[in-house]
Amino acid sequence: MIEAELSRSVQRWCPGATGVSGAARLSGGASQETWRFDIVHPGGPIGAILRRSPKGYGAAPTRAAGLTAEAQLMQLAFEAGVPSPRVMHVLTPDEELGTGFIMQRVEGETIARKILRDDEFAAARPLLARQIGGVLAGLHRLPLDQLPELRSRSATQEIDEFERDYRSLNWPKPVFELTLRWLRDHDPGPSTETTLVHGDFRNGNLIIGAEGVRAVLDWELAHLGDPMEDLGWVCVNSWRFGEIDKPVGGFGSREELFAGYEAAGRKVDPARVKFWEVMGTLRWGIMCGGMMQRFREGPDHSMERAMIGRRASETEIDLLRLLAPRGS
Amino acid sequence: MQDEPTPIELTKAVADFLRNDITPLISGHQAFKLRVAINILDLVTRQLTQEEASDAREVERLRALLGMDGSVTELNRALAERIAKGEVDLATPGLAEHLWATTMDKLAVDQPNYASYKRELGRGG
Repeated sequence: MIEAELSRSVQRWCPGATGVSGAARLSGGASQETWRFDIVHPGGPIGAILRRSPKGYGAAPTRAAGLTAEAQLMQLAFEAGVPSPRVMHVLTPDEELGTGFIMQRVEGETIARKILRDDEFAAARPLLARQIGGVLAGLHRLPLDQLPELRSRSATQEIDEFERDYRSLNWPKPVFELTLRWLRDHDPGPSTETTLVHGDFRNGNLIIGAEGVRAVLDWELAHLGDPMEDLGWVCVNSWRFGEIDKPVGGFGSREELFAGYEAAGRKVDPARVKFWEVMGTLRWGIMCGGMMQRFREGPDHSMERAMIGRRASETEIDLLRLLAPRGS
Repeated sequence: MQDEPTPIELTKAVADFLRNDITPLISGHQAFKLRVAINILDLVTRQLTQEEASDAREVERLRALLGMDGSVTELNRALAERIAKGEVDLATPGLAEHLWATTMDKLAVDQPNYASYKRELGRGG
């Protein structure tokens, strides 16, 4: 059914295309869908991905940048040499596909556990922490005057927002309270520079091939802010998938990450990175609480969502390891 | 007093049935969902086994820390409030030990395979 609309769409903007084949839904919730398909072309099939909000789901959640902004950011990143899929087309209302965009499909792996364990990536793994530093440096250098309109958040505003989210759960958690106090006591103040922040740059949102990073995905939480936020988030223990001694996504050390970032001509502030790692750990913990609430009250009464609620304690032990480490 | 088998025994029997008899018959997304279901039953079994003793230890620590009495929920709420007000912090004797002990007891139920938990368990629990 979606193939008919996609066929009409690709014939309008992809010269030579005669239709599409193999459309299959990949993931996403009710308000946002990801589809893979091939554009049928005399030169051979062209792999493509559709990201869209179906009709009637136009409004983006408050923190999200929106699909149109996401398309612009990916295209800017692609043009600047940051590994990113090429955006092929931004949907228009008359195509009846909803809002969103179509991008080139980049082959590779996104499943973190496979990237961390499969032989195929054995050569890439030791390179990734440093490579990620270089990719983030490129991303933080995207020219501000070309960016779409994005929300802007200081560390102080983020603490306020997480505190509000946490209190709304009515879920007394002494470790989260302690973390909120720590964040207020260690708030580094406004960043000396404001850049694009990806907002969800982590193992799981990267397409990895045998040679390393092929593409950065999921730009929906992009905003303006402190570039050190991305360096802290990529180090959150939840994205190490068991490789807890390799802070950068389970791949390597902070030193390698920082070296890659600085080799690309940008400065690291390790204290700010630590602040954002603590903030990020709390952020994921509160998100687990949000999952519990949606399971209990909302339409998504799935077992998976229920179990994510029981993962908040993982962030509590990680917060204690950061804030009150025990002797080794 | 209710009759036996106990909830722990019943839940474990269902989990073992799903694990041993049903898992080999199912594939794809349903197999993933089945694994989640089994994980839930295992978690419930661990909680039924451990909760009473760990809650009792937690209440005892909280009473000493706060100098007041109450249920485990009330005492946690009181501790959360005192931390929020800055009346209790990591310099308060016993707080770090209490949070560590409580968190370890939670992980023992929620995610005993979580790498951070296994590392800390290796330090002596």
